[in-house]
Amino acid sequence: MPEQPGKNAIEVRGVRKVFGTGENQVAALDTVSVSIRENEFFTLLGPSGCGKTTLLRLIAGFDFPTAGEILLHGQDIAPLPPFKRPVNTVFQSYALFPHMTVAQNIGFGLEMLGKPKAEIEGRVAQMLKLVKMEALKARRTSQISGGQQQRVALARALAPQPKVLLLDEPLSALDYKLRKEMQIELKRLQHETGITFIFVTHDQEEALTMSDRIAVMSAGKILQVGTPRDIYDRPAERFVADFIGETNFLPGTVVSKRAGVATVKFASNATISAGFPEGFDPTGEVTLVVRPEHADLVPDPAKGTIAGTLANIVYFGTDTHYHVKLDGGGENFIVRHQNSRSSPVTYATGVKVGIQFEEDAARVLKD
Amino acid sequence: MTTAALSPTTISKAALFEAQAVKTSARRNRLLSLPALTIIGIFGVLPLVIICVYSFLAAAPYGGVQWHFSTDAYLNFLFQRDIFDDTLQFTPDFLIIYLRSFLFAVVTTVICLLLGFPTAYFMATRPPAQRNWWVLLITIPFWSNLLVRTLAIMFIIRDEGLINNALIGLGVIDKPITMLYTNFAIQLGLLYAFLPFMVLPLYSSLEKLDFRLIEAAYDLYATRRQVLWRVIIPLSKPGIIAGCLLVFIPALGAYVTPLILGGGVHLMIGDLIAQQFGSGRNWPLGCAQALILMAAVLVALFFYVRNTSGKVQHG
Repeated sequence: MPEQPGKNAIEVRGVRKVFGTGENQVAALDTVSVSIRENEFFTLLGPSGCGKTTLLRLIAGFDFPTAGEILLHGQDIAPLPPFKRPVNTVFQSYALFPHMTVAQNIGFGLEMLGKPKAEIEGRVAQMLKLVKMEALKARRTSQISGGQQQRVALARALAPQPKVLLLDEPLSALDYKLRKEMQIELKRLQHETGITFIFVTHDQEEALTMSDRIAVMSAGKILQVGTPRDIYDRPAERFVADFIGETNFLPGTVVSKRAGVATVKFASNATISAGFPEGFDPTGEVTLVVRPEHADLVPDPAKGTIAGTLANIVYFGTDTHYHVKLDGGGENFIVRHQNSRSSPVTYATGVKVGIQFEEDAARVLKD
Repeated sequence: MTTAALSPTTISKAALFEAQAVKTSARRNRLLSLPALTIIGIFGVLPLVIICVYSFLAAAPYGGVQWHFSTDAYLNFLFQRDIFDDTLQFTPDFLIIYLRSFLFAVVTTVICLLLGFPTAYFMATRPPAQRNWWVLLITIPFWSNLLVRTLAIMFIIRDEGLINNALIGLGVIDKPITMLYTNFAIQLGLLYAFLPFMVLPLYSSLEKLDFRLIEAAYDLYATRRQVLWRVIIPLSKPGIIAGCLLVFIPALGAYVTPLILGGGVHLMIGDLIAQQFGSGRNWPLGCAQALILMAAVLVALFFYVRNTSGKVQHG
């Protein structure tokens, strides 16, 4: 998809990063290209060691790319030291200065930029208000809680009004409730400041709820970039489908295909039409992926596309998971059913059931 | 019923046990510290008391003291009694030696800090496995006696020594540069002797430094110089204070180094005091000089610690 160059806050072009020398060389990033738009909440999502933090550090300037360019509003910043980039970072460990107060921490960046004292004071007051920390401005950073430290770290990084804010798993040290609160807080801050946020996380739920767009990374490569809905509903690769949310994998054989849609036959001879991503040509034995909530149980096994025996029912409060042992064998197929006051049918374990797919539920993916 | 009746007794019993345990452990701690306290008492406090008492006694003609009260030792520090009319005349000789020693100690401390800080920083930024090797290298001088090492310096800097011979051999100079028995020699010896005492405390405090804070400072537009002054130095203040004290105090009272490298011509306090107990045969004066030195160090320490800890407090 061609993008307008003026609208991009950050453009990463063919960036490689190799650590170590000789035989110990490890490519942390393997020729990555991605564009991050202005004003966007962009998330780098992937398991640990996938290169997401490396990419963030290259944008911040703590490391320099082995090859490639990093453009900020069209200007190559890859060779610049961190203090010459209008980019600030919220660190995973917060990295607040222990020998300074909350207010001194927030004002540090402006002070280093040589801003006049009155301007610094005004901006610090504004930031304290933005993150609701006015009452604790004279405290040392060791005298405030983890959540408060998180707010100070955010205020400190936002105070110099960077073009891009980098966030390196900033919520991972917080407990569940505080994390939920801060997720909303972060969205609010991004909305109020209008600054481009680049957010690194390994938490797929966090990525889906907060981001405008997500880049899914694995083994130093970006596998897919798209909106949360794109990534979830139309994963480009098996890894993406597997990493984000729960997914059922079904073996099948391609019998025919036309533009973007293949007809796949199961072992039971039933057929189904399944979409597949651009630039991928499925043939022969393939794996289908189906989200658990895109399938439904039917009491009559003959009416389902596939059939099996109900092996397990797991109640989750908001929904119920049905684990179905398929007639053809293989892994159990999971169907997620949202609970309501009037669930029409109740099932018991051990009964034969059929599984129906919603339209476009099944997709053929690259392994 | 039974449980309700039982529980208070159980609680009080437990409390009793605990109180007893605390009491015995306190007694045990006191017992354990007894050997150390005894040693400090006999070899630390008692000599100090003796020095204090002796300084207020009169000198015996062949060393030792005469047991009657006298403040002559303190008067002699600044004044000299005229042999003929018994009036006191101000003689600043001792004071000059004290001031010179202070100057030597200050210069030693400052140069040790300037040399030691980059060294310690370098060590602290090596990979963890390498760091112990660097610490080992720094402590190598401790494996041999200071006297021996000072004599070695003498052989390096004397007129026919390593440096002069090399320079003459290379044709850089044709007459040896006199270095031994000069202030330069004393200063060099002091630097050599005390540099490790600066490096080690600096290293231990820099090693604990969270280097992510340095990244954070760079990220917030601090240049390398600003990172040094605003983050690294404030956070390594405990090491700087410890290192400066560990260098300044012993440098002020240094004895062997100025004696050998100064050739007895350029006295420092340590040599001066030693002289009173040896050739000077004036023990009370020696005691008074030692106490004046101690008082001066304590006063300097008080101001130093008050200033530096104040700065840490206010960031």
